[in-house]
Amino acid sequence: MHPVVKLVTQRLALGLLLMLAVSALIFFGVEALPGDTAQAMLGQSATPEALANLREKMGLNEPLLWRYGHWLYGFMTGDMGVALTNGEDIAKSVGSRLGNTLFLAFWAALISVPLAILLGLLAARYNGRWPDRLISGVTLATISLPEFVAGYLVLYFLAVKLQLFPAMSMVFPGMGVFERLQAIILPVIVLVMVVLAHMMRMTRAAILNVMQSAYIETAELKGLSPLTVIWRHAFPNAIAPVVNVVMLNLAYLVVGVVVVEVVFVYPGMGQYLVDHVTKRDLPVVQACGMIFAAVYIGLNILADVVSILANPRLRHPK
Amino acid sequence: MSNELNYLLARAAKGLMSRREFVGRAGALGVSAALASTLLASAARAEEPKKGGLLRAGMQGGESTNSLDPALAASEVPFAVNMIWGEMLVDVNAKGEIDYRIAEEVSSSSDATEWKFKIRKGVEYHDGKTVTADDVVATLKRHTDEKSQSGALGIVKDIIDMKAEGDMVTLKLASGNADLPFLMADYHLIIQPGGGIENPTAGIGAGPYKIVANEPGVRHTFEKHANYFDSTVGHADNVEIIVINDNTARTSALQAGQVHMINRVDPKIVGLLKGAPGISIEAVAGRGHYVFIMHCDKAPFDNNDLRMAMKLSINRQEMVDKILGGLGSRGNDFPINAAYPLFDDTIPQREYDAAAATEAYKKSGHDGSPIILQVAAGAFPGAIEAAQLFQQSANAAGIPLEIKREPDDGYWSNVWNVAPFCASYWGGRPVQDQMYSTAYLSTADWNDTKFKDPKFDATLIAARAELDQTKRKAMYSELANDVRDNGGLICPMFNDFVEAKREEVGGWQQDPNGELMNGRALAKCWLNA
Repeated sequence: MHPVVKLVTQRLALGLLLMLAVSALIFFGVEALPGDTAQAMLGQSATPEALANLREKMGLNEPLLWRYGHWLYGFMTGDMGVALTNGEDIAKSVGSRLGNTLFLAFWAALISVPLAILLGLLAARYNGRWPDRLISGVTLATISLPEFVAGYLVLYFLAVKLQLFPAMSMVFPGMGVFERLQAIILPVIVLVMVVLAHMMRMTRAAILNVMQSAYIETAELKGLSPLTVIWRHAFPNAIAPVVNVVMLNLAYLVVGVVVVEVVFVYPGMGQYLVDHVTKRDLPVVQACGMIFAAVYIGLNILADVVSILANPRLRHPK
Repeated sequence: MSNELNYLLARAAKGLMSRREFVGRAGALGVSAALASTLLASAARAEEPKKGGLLRAGMQGGESTNSLDPALAASEVPFAVNMIWGEMLVDVNAKGEIDYRIAEEVSSSSDATEWKFKIRKGVEYHDGKTVTADDVVATLKRHTDEKSQSGALGIVKDIIDMKAEGDMVTLKLASGNADLPFLMADYHLIIQPGGGIENPTAGIGAGPYKIVANEPGVRHTFEKHANYFDSTVGHADNVEIIVINDNTARTSALQAGQVHMINRVDPKIVGLLKGAPGISIEAVAGRGHYVFIMHCDKAPFDNNDLRMAMKLSINRQEMVDKILGGLGSRGNDFPINAAYPLFDDTIPQREYDAAAATEAYKKSGHDGSPIILQVAAGAFPGAIEAAQLFQQSANAAGIPLEIKREPDDGYWSNVWNVAPFCASYWGGRPVQDQMYSTAYLSTADWNDTKFKDPKFDATLIAARAELDQTKRKAMYSELANDVRDNGGLICPMFNDFVEAKREEVGGWQQDPNGELMNGRALAKCWLNA
């Protein structure tokens, strides 16, 4: 078997195994909490008979492992059950929330990733000179600002004072793509500010590292322009660490933006999860946990695979 | 009337000037406060409602877990949503009187045990069906069933028999209750087709607007119900509630003009928001109050001298000034204020008195070990700061009060009604009987001070059936004094509802019954383009 195929298969298998471990952790972790789902549903009005009836109805008297298998099977076939609090189908409500989250993450990534890499290249090209200092200074300043402060600042100046963009990023089904884009401008700006520095710094560092190599000197001696040297010769060898950081940031854009969601009233996954955690709506919490874990693991596998493919020694074995 | 007064009146009616400011300026022109209020009310009325447009409210208090089942409404957004699509038998209006809605007439037997509600003819649900007396009975029956988990269970459980005959609904009570019509105005008791037994979350009612989109925790949109029975309500073509739980985001949305009104303005920023163009702050004294509660049956609070020492060692004025930013009034250790009918305003105000507190504390013979007050930030806005102020004033009186901070998560199930001394809040009820019955009757589930006094219970139940208002007022005064002097309630302050609206909103009224004109702001206000 080609070593690349083997490595990639290994990664995928590891990812699946990890996913299984996470599912067990989520399921048994929630099970270990005091009280069960029936109790959470009935709350303070629980009588012993009502509890027993509901447990019977929900199959809570079955053995733990059987229930775990049942839950996992349901999850894989898209049946996540219904929310305890309002009886809504979890798959359906999570679906629309996840769609919103991915929409926001996609546009934030589309702007921030190319921008970060470009700025990283420029910073490496002008290493130690004023463009480098300016780029590093500004991006480090924006990452140092807590998200909600950045959010409020953007809100205050661009929405309240200048009234350029809507203060609320309310999106709803049936809204046109252009309207949606207009609605999410402010959160996208904040997210770009937050994730830019990490990726930019990593690009810069990786390229500077490669720039010490002898073959770069050769390229320079051939008389290539500095940017060509970086883009054609240094960057391909710096891809692996950059991809890893990019993926970490993408994962963050999907699973970690609840604060931004709250500030801009954006109906994403984070707010949805927090609401249900507060109400102890365990099936929803389990479902969200699984989705977040899947996104995280999936993106990390992708990063691994890309780094493997980006490595010529693995692509062309002797 | 002088030109200046006319000018002020026009500004106040448009909402460019607060009621308080208007009364103050009118006073400077030699107009009495009472006359100024009357003038203002008539000016507001004279303003002609404008039809059409989209009216939006940005609100705190909505979660993606909210349901459309009126029985389950507990937080602000579900309440306001239900008030838009739903209609009860009666409403309590801003003056504390009964407004007839689905019922057009109410009468009772002389001992107030049998009540007859005449159902208005031709009131239509959003699905075209007509509201019948059977629907009313089915609705009330559903709320009496424990399985419905209705927030109104305590209200309807005293009804022992209900029947529908033609357009008349007859309710029989276990014991007389002169306040029954007020109880029927409870926001859970929305009349639903078939009582909502088949589908409690259908969201079909007889209210002024029908639901278009229901996205819990995000937004709720409505369009005008064309066949609504009352043409004085429902001016905008469409209304919308947007859930904005974050304070800053809510205020920004109002300033940017994306919403026309918001609830729960943080008292800390009222001063700043007042200066913002096109925005007016609306504060109305309500029945909600912030409290510290002691369990009368647990040591050391089972000693009335100690309870009295705690009550004397809190500085109420300081709390109103610092925690509410002046937007509220002092409490007097019983849960009733002037917003209630039959309030006795002659009961003396309890003041902070360090010397008397020290004396009462010594008399209680307490061993001097720390007295623990459990408090979470979510107990009420500013709860931690209020507890710290309390600690300082109590320590100054030599009482070893200490604060234990609790997490918000699980506070209402693990601490409130469980711990012997903690912070909490009450939203208030339309009538005194309901407030006392919910939280001070020995047998009440929510008797969160564990105040158990047979004499109190007997007087409360006797007052309930008393139709002579003078006697009734005297009985309520007795109850108030009992709770004030013997109960476990420390009530430092009654909070105002502090809300804000944009100047283009017309028809705003001060309503002490609940937030955003008792949830009816979107239905009763209009947009001046």
